[in-house]
Amino acid sequence: MKEIVVLSGKGGTGKTSIVASFASLAQSKVLADCDVDAADLHLLLKPKVKEEKEFWSGRVAFIDEEKCTECGLCQELCRFGAIKDFEVDPLSCEGCGFCYQVCPVDAIATKDSMSGHSFISETKYGYLCHARLGIAQENSGKLVALVRQNAKLIVERENLDYIITDGPPGIGCPVISSLSGASLALLVTEPTLSGMHDLERVIGVCRHFGVPVLVCVNKYDLNEENTYRIESYCGSEGIEVAARISFDNVITEAIVRGLPVVEYSNSKVTQQIKELWQIISAKLEK
Amino acid sequence: MIVSVASGKGGTGKTLVATSLALSLRDNYKVQLLDCDVEEPNANILLHLDMNQSQPVYIPIPKVDETKCTYCGKCAEVCAYNAIAVLKNKVLVFPELCHGCGACSYLCPESAITEEGRKVGIVERGDSGHLELIQGKLNVGEAMAPPVIREVKKYIDPANIVIIDVPPGTSCPVIEAVKGSDFCLLVTESTPFGLNDLSLAVEVVRKLSISCGVVINRVGVGGEEVERYCHQEGIPILLKIPLDRKIALLYSKGIPLVEGIPRWREEFLRLFQDIKDIIAASWVAK
Repeated sequence: MKEIVVLSGKGGTGKTSIVASFASLAQSKVLADCDVDAADLHLLLKPKVKEEKEFWSGRVAFIDEEKCTECGLCQELCRFGAIKDFEVDPLSCEGCGFCYQVCPVDAIATKDSMSGHSFISETKYGYLCHARLGIAQENSGKLVALVRQNAKLIVERENLDYIITDGPPGIGCPVISSLSGASLALLVTEPTLSGMHDLERVIGVCRHFGVPVLVCVNKYDLNEENTYRIESYCGSEGIEVAARISFDNVITEAIVRGLPVVEYSNSKVTQQIKELWQIISAKLEK
Repeated sequence: MIVSVASGKGGTGKTLVATSLALSLRDNYKVQLLDCDVEEPNANILLHLDMNQSQPVYIPIPKVDETKCTYCGKCAEVCAYNAIAVLKNKVLVFPELCHGCGACSYLCPESAITEEGRKVGIVERGDSGHLELIQGKLNVGEAMAPPVIREVKKYIDPANIVIIDVPPGTSCPVIEAVKGSDFCLLVTESTPFGLNDLSLAVEVVRKLSISCGVVINRVGVGGEEVERYCHQEGIPILLKIPLDRKIALLYSKGIPLVEGIPRWREEFLRLFQDIKDIIAASWVAK
């Protein structure tokens, strides 16, 4: 089994459009949407949810005002500024439990918090494992780990070849959780100075966790000079740029129609994504 | 006055809007732009300021003096993050798991634990005339963005016009960046992805009781659903930016919209006036 995770650093470079196209092109796979706080893959794959589970993670402190003597020790010690006027702000509380440990009159309890839902769904492309983090919740990394674990169980049970993962933007906790131990990271960038800056940082994260990378330049003809710079930078770093994808509104039109772009149009973009998938699958067979 | 610029979905144009707003206002106000997208900070790619001050961000992590330690296990028991483990005659600290809450050092019965700083990022500052930029940068390989965001926000001077560039998503880094704002500008695009992620972002700002308005970017491709949603929810649409290759090309080169096409300055000044009116109206209502 091989696991491909699609990342970008910068958001909005086309990760989800590419993953949905791979869903249509690849045989024998499970799909995973690890962008748990702003998931969009389901909008193209139209899943039927088969299994839904609550995701309980982390704790939040509560102060019992009847018992509280307003001594102020918890407020003084909380490093997250989560206690004001002897009340806990659940959005600032990181669930460390320090206040609960030190309260001299046992007025503080911590409660488990329900931080989201995980789903296993069927789509016409195969299984999709996805999730929805509750609004303003923490522990997105743990929910990502759960989505990946669900995908691994299905791949093993059904004896499939690939997990194809739509990753979150950025380089922080959910990205690290999506990435660690994957077979390959496909980094989708765009020829803008921001895209290039963010690509360098996400390459750094992949290297830090020892995951091999391939790069794909989306909207390459928006600024060919920058595309050339990305290619020469990658060349000097020993990283393969596996595809250039044209700047074409068909990608957006396909999103509006709710289809993977390779099913929506026969444009150049479709051809470029098909070739990219061939390169990836050949690479993973080695 | 603090205005944050958020989106849910990545790549919708937050940084383009935040920098254009800051540049339009600096002739008339003292402006602070805070780049709180510390995983991928991009504002200075457009502003080109000399970031001549830099300050490291540390998380306090435990340091155990094993000459005093009796291996009683109290520290491991109180740690909510499993960042410390006590063996028969050895204490193991896992720095990447530690949130720096301070419970272990405070509660150690032998006072065997002190704290030392672990560098997780930096905050940089630069200015030009009436515009000051403060940006956080999370170190590559680090998971937790909120401590860096908190350090960036310490620079806020409420006497200024403060504009916050928020990371994408809906989880803890977004909350950390947005909370305390007087107004939140939500940047989206008129696609099903943009709509889905906008509705999540609206839930976040409502949870924080912050009033909001919408900027629709890349108008032209996509449908009417975003506008319909905003009307239904009573959320004002404050600015529309058309899908225009020229705008995308300026961005790709790191040229701010209001410098590349100066007539946009008027639009951003009007946007700011609308925001002020909304904030004033909500104060009156309170």
